[in-house]
Amino acid sequence: MSVLLHAEGMVAGYGELTILHGCELTVERGRISVIVGPNGAGKSTAMKAIFGLLPLREGRVSFEGRDITGLTPQELVATGMGYVPQMANVFPTLSVEENLEMGAFLAPARVREGLAHVYDIFPALREKRRQPAGELSGGQRQMVAVGRALMMGPQLLMLDEPTAGLSPKVMGDIFDIVLKVNEADVGVLMVEQNARQALEIADTGFVLATGRNLYTDTGEALLADPDVARAFLGARD
Amino acid sequence: MELADLLNALVYLLNKGVLNAAKIGSIYALGAVGITLIFGILRFAHFAHGDMMTFGALCAYAGTVILRDLGINTQPVPTGLLALPLAIVATVALALLIDRTVYAHFRAQRSPPVVFVMTSIGVTFVLQGVIRLIGGTGDRQFFFLIERDGERIRESKDRLLITFDWLRDLVEGFAQQIVITAPQVALFAFTVIALFGLHRFLTRTRLGKAMRAVSDNEDLARVSGIDVGKVVVVTWVIGGTLAAIAGTLLAMDTQYKPILAFNLLLPMFAAAIMGGVGQPFGAVAGGFIVGLAETFAVFDWRVLYDLLTPEGVRAAGSMALVPAEYKLAVPFVILVLVLIWRPTGLFRGRVL
Repeated sequence: MSVLLHAEGMVAGYGELTILHGCELTVERGRISVIVGPNGAGKSTAMKAIFGLLPLREGRVSFEGRDITGLTPQELVATGMGYVPQMANVFPTLSVEENLEMGAFLAPARVREGLAHVYDIFPALREKRRQPAGELSGGQRQMVAVGRALMMGPQLLMLDEPTAGLSPKVMGDIFDIVLKVNEADVGVLMVEQNARQALEIADTGFVLATGRNLYTDTGEALLADPDVARAFLGARD
Repeated sequence: MELADLLNALVYLLNKGVLNAAKIGSIYALGAVGITLIFGILRFAHFAHGDMMTFGALCAYAGTVILRDLGINTQPVPTGLLALPLAIVATVALALLIDRTVYAHFRAQRSPPVVFVMTSIGVTFVLQGVIRLIGGTGDRQFFFLIERDGERIRESKDRLLITFDWLRDLVEGFAQQIVITAPQVALFAFTVIALFGLHRFLTRTRLGKAMRAVSDNEDLARVSGIDVGKVVVVTWVIGGTLAAIAGTLLAMDTQYKPILAFNLLLPMFAAAIMGGVGQPFGAVAGGFIVGLAETFAVFDWRVLYDLLTPEGVRAAGSMALVPAEYKLAVPFVILVLVLIWRPTGLFRGRVL
């Protein structure tokens, strides 16, 4: 199995504040990696640092064996990475189809193919394609956001808390979406608050606390680990 | 009341009221669209927009003088219109130069919006100085004195007189003519074409959609791979083009003054905010509403009153709703009323 994304020794933060203290993350080709951990652990910060939204003070990131440390988000999109931010991840006044088109801004020739692919995964979006994305329900917005990130046919999809603020039923739909995207051999790196559900679909799980790796194992093993369960999964005795 | 009186009154209303409102509304709309686009993309109130309009008018004036000296006369098309492309190119170049040398610096430093606003006020004063250095402090006419039949007369603005000869034969006493000048015809035509073109651009092209995307959410635009720098350039190109057109046609219709568009700045901002900040077609609606409100608030209804009342009944004084000195306040009264009713503006703009 080959490594798709590897980030090591990441140190980053905002201003004086250092949030990541040498954090390490890996995604295997076509597999799902999940980052869990308490609030303030640096989960979202790690995503931003990987995607060039926050400068790394130390450490390096490689993608498909190539050093991508310090590249801009635009360059990373071109190399085959897609990123879905946690909040405000659609263009509310643009129609669904325009939102998706923006995902392929760098490769206009891909728009037709990309749209067909996204509508294939999310048939519900085809019916709503003329509707402004701001008028959609939370779950449908996430479909648009994920669809937008898939337009360039990325090797890796990065999702920052895709279930935040959604109802439990819609949450289940989001995990289905992740699995569906992954079926097409797209690697997924996901930050998730609902640790138990997320680890159930994870090939690899990373438990972060205060910007450091606490546990790294398969999702299954982490779920079975009593220490992890007690500290992070709200284990029922 | 005679039918002729009614017709005369209607044409008077059209000439002095509706056409004026449409003219000033078009100018406001073209300026406010630029302001609202710049606000949407660059996120600051561009106070130098009025002076970009004046600069465009000055360039058009310079072009007109050069064309005249070259002996080029294209009557009935006013020479100023031929100089318009030059004015557009110069204004866009100026806008890009200012962006590159001033605003880009503060963008790179991620300065807060208030710094940009203050900077654009500074740019305004610099531009006002530059405009006076180049063009002097006096007023200038786009229509030159020419020799005709041995007499020196002001070259006509080529008023398009629309007469109703057939009506005249039917209705005795109908004497008024609809008067539209060539610069006004050009203004209406350019406004319609520019706004239609802008609409097509924003809804049909990749770059236009990217502009709306950046306006919606710049961070998301970046992570989508949109080239925000290119969008900024396009914004200045559109804003500069519309400013040059509006400034030139306004100067042609009245006259070029160094203070020409600075006086329009506040009504244009009122129009942009009324329409919903960041919404180009809200700004168009706002521009025409402000133009209409302003014109009709100070419109003297006395002539109509006198025309339509029986012989002997005459108005004692001005019948304007608001004295002309308060004209500038009218857009803001309308603005406040609109914002009470719809806090984000007519077209649901950004919350400031």
